Amino acid sequence: MDLGLAVDDSHPPYTVLAVKGEVDVYTAPRLREKLVELVSQGKHQIIVDLEGVDFLDSTGLGVLVGGLKRLRSHDGDLGLVCTQQRILKVFEITGLTKVFAIHDSVEAAAAR
Amino acid sequence: MEMILELEIPASPEYIAIARLVVSSIVSSRRNLPDDRIDDLKLAVSEACTNAIEAYGPNLAEDGAGERVRILVQDDDEKLEVDVADSGPGFDPDDLPTHPPVTDPERLNFERGLGIPLIRTLVDDVQFVSSPGGTSVRMTVYGEPLELHPPEEFEPEGFGPGDFGPEGTDVEGSG
Repeated sequence: MDLGLAVDDSHPPYTVLAVKGEVDVYTAPRLREKLVELVSQGKHQIIVDLEGVDFLDSTGLGVLVGGLKRLRSHDGDLGLVCTQQRILKVFEITGLTKVFAIHDSVEAAAAR
Repeated sequence: MEMILELEIPASPEYIAIARLVVSSIVSSRRNLPDDRIDDLKLAVSEACTNAIEAYGPNLAEDGAGERVRILVQDDDEKLEVDVADSGPGFDPDDLPTHPPVTDPERLNFERGLGIPLIRTLVDDVQFVSSPGGTSVRMTVYGEPLELHPPEEFEPEGFGPGDFGPEGTDVEGSG
């Protein structure tokens, strides 16, 4: 099972990380590594685009929470792009809609 | 209750995608459930499998060699049950750590512990039966079975037995 992770720097100062596929306990470590790599490259304003994600479990949520914590410690932020109801539902159930800024599009997330 | 699926996977994360796909596919073919309920069950099964694998602890071989997670699906006229079982050391489901409220900055220190609350929300009923010999998570979803009609015998209209050549002839390859 492949997890697509595409980095797009065309919305400065934001770095967009587009995730594609299923995020679970098997694939989430790759997402974590990519976020750590971006932060270590000095990219502290990250937008994670979840529009290509078919499945997201609690491990994926945990990686995003960890990413947000890491970025906040660098005075940065991690915003999300998600309009799919089945993915949004996971954030709603866990209350994490109050932790993350969730946007309808990369453009909306980058216009903050 | 009728057993409709018995599945055993190695206790390794790479097999969870297969397990949740098989369970959700078979459930959607048997039960009259809307797609979002199937998605809920798929996520709940995935979370239960993740916990089952983690129950074996950090000494588990990377490929889960030797240890298994067992998944059983049964149904009857009013409900469907999915059991996910491991042979790990067990846990107390009533003694789980609680997270700070989501509005508390300390919340960001907790990356784990969301699986069981998710399962509790996603299915209609869940029971955790845990002992030193292992843990079983029984998830129940209520709802009617799909009306299953056995396929009717194929009888093409407008053709009689003699229309394809003399009886006993092999029609294929004759023309």
